[in-house]
Amino acid sequence: MSIDTLTPVLTSNWGDERAWKLTNYERRGGYKALRKALGMQPSEIISQVKDANLRGRGGAGFPTGMKWSFLPKDNPNPVYLVVNADESEPGTCKDIPLMMASPHTLVEGVLISAYACNSHHAFIYCRGEVLHVIRRLQQAVREAYSAGYAGKNVLGSGYDVEVTVHAGAGAYICGEETALLDSLEGRRGQPRLRPPFPAVAGLYASPTVINNVESIASVPGIIGNGAAWFQAMGTEKSKGHGIFSLSGHVRTPGQFEAPLGITLRELIDLGGGMREGHELKFFTPGGSSTPILTAEHLDTPLDFEGMAAAGSMLGTRALQIFDETTSVVRTTLRWVEFYKHESCGKCTPCREGTWWLVQTLRNLEAGHGSEGDVEKLLDVCDNIGGRSFCALADGAVAAVTSAIKYFRSEFEAGYTTPARELFPYEKSALFGSAEDDSRTTTTTSDTAGVHA
Amino acid sequence: MSVDTKNDTGAKVETKPEEVTLTIDGIEVSVPKGTLVIRAAEKIGVAIPRFCDHPLLDPVGACRQCMVEIPDMGNGRGMPKPQASCTLEAMPGMKVSTQVSSPVAEKAQAGMLEFLLINHPLDCPICDKGGECPLQNQSLANGYGESRYEGLKRTFPKPVNISAEVLLDRERCVLCARCTRFSEQISGDPFIALVERGALQQVGIYEDKPYDSYFSGNVIQICPVGALTSVAYRFQSRPFDLVSTATTCEHCASGCQLRSDHRHFQVKRRLAGNTPEVNEEWNCDKGRFGFMSGRGADRLTTPLVRRNGVLEPAGWHEAIDAAVAGLRAADGRVGVLPGGRLTTEAAYGYSRFARAVLGTNNIDFRSRPYGAGEADFLAAHVAGRTLSDSVTYADLETANTVVLVDFEPEDESPIVFLRLRKAVRKRKLKVVTIAPFRSRGSAKLDATLVATAPGLQAQAVAGLQGLDSGSVILVGERAALSSGTLAAVAELAATSGARLAWIPRRAGDMGAVEAGCLPNLLPGGRGVGDASARVDVAAAWGVQSLPEEVGLDASAMLAAAGEGRLGALVTAGIEPRDFSDPAVMVEALEKVDFLVSIETRLSEVAEHADVVFPVALIEEHAGSFLNWEHRSGRVNTVIRQSTAPMTDLRVLAALADAMGADLGFRGAKGAAESLADLGVWEGARPRFTHEPHVERPASEGLTLATWRQLLDDSAGVDHEPDLQATAPVAVARLSVKTAADLGIAHGETLTVSGPSGALSLPTEIVADMVDQVVWVPANSGTPVTALGVLAGDRVTVTKGAAA
Repeated sequence: MSIDTLTPVLTSNWGDERAWKLTNYERRGGYKALRKALGMQPSEIISQVKDANLRGRGGAGFPTGMKWSFLPKDNPNPVYLVVNADESEPGTCKDIPLMMASPHTLVEGVLISAYACNSHHAFIYCRGEVLHVIRRLQQAVREAYSAGYAGKNVLGSGYDVEVTVHAGAGAYICGEETALLDSLEGRRGQPRLRPPFPAVAGLYASPTVINNVESIASVPGIIGNGAAWFQAMGTEKSKGHGIFSLSGHVRTPGQFEAPLGITLRELIDLGGGMREGHELKFFTPGGSSTPILTAEHLDTPLDFEGMAAAGSMLGTRALQIFDETTSVVRTTLRWVEFYKHESCGKCTPCREGTWWLVQTLRNLEAGHGSEGDVEKLLDVCDNIGGRSFCALADGAVAAVTSAIKYFRSEFEAGYTTPARELFPYEKSALFGSAEDDSRTTTTTSDTAGVHA
Repeated sequence: MSVDTKNDTGAKVETKPEEVTLTIDGIEVSVPKGTLVIRAAEKIGVAIPRFCDHPLLDPVGACRQCMVEIPDMGNGRGMPKPQASCTLEAMPGMKVSTQVSSPVAEKAQAGMLEFLLINHPLDCPICDKGGECPLQNQSLANGYGESRYEGLKRTFPKPVNISAEVLLDRERCVLCARCTRFSEQISGDPFIALVERGALQQVGIYEDKPYDSYFSGNVIQICPVGALTSVAYRFQSRPFDLVSTATTCEHCASGCQLRSDHRHFQVKRRLAGNTPEVNEEWNCDKGRFGFMSGRGADRLTTPLVRRNGVLEPAGWHEAIDAAVAGLRAADGRVGVLPGGRLTTEAAYGYSRFARAVLGTNNIDFRSRPYGAGEADFLAAHVAGRTLSDSVTYADLETANTVVLVDFEPEDESPIVFLRLRKAVRKRKLKVVTIAPFRSRGSAKLDATLVATAPGLQAQAVAGLQGLDSGSVILVGERAALSSGTLAAVAELAATSGARLAWIPRRAGDMGAVEAGCLPNLLPGGRGVGDASARVDVAAAWGVQSLPEEVGLDASAMLAAAGEGRLGALVTAGIEPRDFSDPAVMVEALEKVDFLVSIETRLSEVAEHADVVFPVALIEEHAGSFLNWEHRSGRVNTVIRQSTAPMTDLRVLAALADAMGADLGFRGAKGAAESLADLGVWEGARPRFTHEPHVERPASEGLTLATWRQLLDDSAGVDHEPDLQATAPVAVARLSVKTAADLGIAHGETLTVSGPSGALSLPTEIVADMVDQVVWVPANSGTPVTALGVLAGDRVTVTKGAAA
């Protein structure tokens, strides 16, 4: 597979010298799309985005243009545009490098999208832990104000827009759009009851559009090059380019921007192949919340339909690659520990269910499981999945059920044998020596209050 | 449910709400549009288990216990996953399968209960909730018999105080958010909130703001597990050992229906009853926890008679003989001060005893400062009415504007406050308050403040605009203290068409007005001065005639007694500190020839008495209270074994018998029948035009504003220290400018001085307060009456504590 497969649009300038500076972005044609957009009617922009068939890049794949058109026309409250930049799922790593390397791509997208939605105030809610990215964003927004792209009377068009960069405070749940709104309003981030939907009563009970970073960043390209240009990429129902993040047991992990529908085989080739002497065991197609797949899915198109047909989801195209040295029990435990730690506590199945799953999985990893644990895991998952308030717990369940689906015997081995014995952890370590891994059997700090 | 709307003529028109028809478990049911599926299911007798759901709180969908299957949303499409029925509105044509008909729903519910129990301590045998616990009950009804969980349970140090009265056992909590939603939505005291996340999420308080709410006890009652308990009731009883009695609260004129639970001849706890038209499912902490006042060493159990200057226990016969001798000697020069603790029936007994037995109109229930002309206002605008021609709670909910005149609902009638807040929150009811500053309660009602110094209320009332027949004016009992206010209120109601209600503070007050415990009023709103009304009553009572002259009011009685013009006083449930001038009161008690005190506890009054009769506590006898709406609430006998088995009515009947007269009844039932037979007066009502203008002596200083806070040094909350500890801290309030003029900073101590005393409190500077006014609580620490001043009088305010 050759490098020609790639379609660098969002990533095209990442290698440039100081790509994050406004002048360098402009040298590449940056903000031309904004000028063009300001000459169009907002409805024309929405039509273009609809025609391009841009689907949300945050995981769910909802058509972006359609989302914008849900905004009520007769609501007297202001319209807000909120960009979900709270990228924090294990494996997912596309928005943060984008905002780090080329924040202006996002800012230009924000300005065009806000104009299209008749919004005069846009918020970028960025994951709080990535301070360096927040600074880049803030600097980019400042530059955009100074250049007249943002603020009062943008480029003399009469259009006013404020852009606010807001830092999160360290909660995965705030990537859930309504929890994000609560957090942005200064409350604890917990998902809200729907209806009302954010399009009707979102931020400050006003009409609100919430889009992923990559979705918004894709808008300038569509406006600049036209819907047909975007439509030319991808598969029948999954159009355009997307950033695929490869991590794990590949030789050259990183971000690869390619048309939707590329296969993992092609991507692993682009990534220089698997780790020397190893073969693919399983992978997540779109972050830890998408059910895992195995080598039999190497040629399945990585688009919304292809992944759904394979029983998984495209998610955020975060391909975590694991080779045959990896214990799937251990991987699953790590993911579920993450979900337990990040469960907001609002609803019973997620709060209690993840607490339970972790304990059972820990037993299995340690070889202390009991006969019937696998059935119990599946039944507990059945009682969580689809019953919780938001999708967070569904992600935890997906990790467990898909792992058992493909590797049931490995879980059953946990009734008697520690995973470390079956899959010595140093064998799957990518960096450092085996000693680094000796800490993995200690309990995590969030068990405070548990009596032994 | 139906919605009342008013047409142009102001008449009520029933409008039928839109109905939707859906099918639940194969049974068709019609419900009003907007009904949640969980409640639609109740209509066909299916109880879907739930924890977070509460009909009076906004839906939250947090516990996920009430999962049902929706094979059809009403549009031909089903929901792929089970849905929480507490957040799902019934849709036309919708099909719902609950646990009754759907194995998926049944398993989802059982699974949820299993989850809730993995971190729940199974300490039911020592938990106060055990036996009445929704978690326990629903686990039995809808859960698996056994848990498959073998892991570690989350634990917390226990318990933690979220207020002086409320304790939290965090490990029992199922995080349903009922308590936090109650405090935020219903009472507006959002000082508890969920903190932390995941399984470590818990109810937390602000470090610098304890959960001091007048309504905190409700969170205990709505907690679906034993996570919230009261210090007072914790480990006192098991629910199945308690006997429950429905009754009416004796603390204020809101008229809450309560459930009083007793064991071993003691009330162990009181809960809010479920009375949608009055208190819905709530009550205040005073009504919930304040039932211990009769448990002290001062409880009277035998009659006392003064022998050789010393009050000594005596037999009933001796006491009655002594009392009769004293009352006979007074020869009609008697005054009766029945106070405000009485049931309507008992008040009626005093009213009839005064007129028909003692032959006097000298009777006045007002054991508080009051203004001249108030009695005439009550006769014209309050007495002789029934529920059907009075403003009600429902009217508050549908009003377009509610004006509060000298009335702080949160302090003076807390359920009125909750109902106003509900209307403010649900339909943006406009509340206007005429007050010296925006109180905590007014702020929670989002009230428009008409900042008014005491004494200037009449002008403020006259200046109100925009009221119409959809508006309500609520006037408090303090209004009479400011000359012209009641007249202005009556005038405003007459000209604007707004409806008017007078809301007294104490539970017995409205009953006392209707029973005729006023010098100018006979029962049922009959004016003493109206010959035909007198004849009407005399005929019903079987007496030749009734005294014709309007009697002495409370102040006049005390003055007369102090001057030796009264031969005897009969009192019930009054305290000198409650009267406008305690010194005058004490002097009257000392100087009067003969004093009969009918009381539950040995009081300052009893100490001066010649004869003291012990009577039953509120939980030991039956009767009723009339609340501010003129709605009668039954008071039922909770404890049947009383240490003082006599009631006020029995004592009065015995005294009447011994005086050769007939009270007409010996108990509450007979009194109620007699009062009902009289009915309300249908003849001409006394007219009220204006109260006499009382000139206040002009002097230097600030104008005093004051009222009683709900929780203060009231004797009704005695012996419940944890409740008393939740009372608001007493402060003196000044405006920014007034404080600056006096050189007093926020938090500094100031002293308010009057002719007969002084009172020192920390200062709170209030942003939107009127200038040249100082506000102090009326009965928190030193009572304001001890200063020899009333609201509206001038006081001297100085920096620093009293010497």
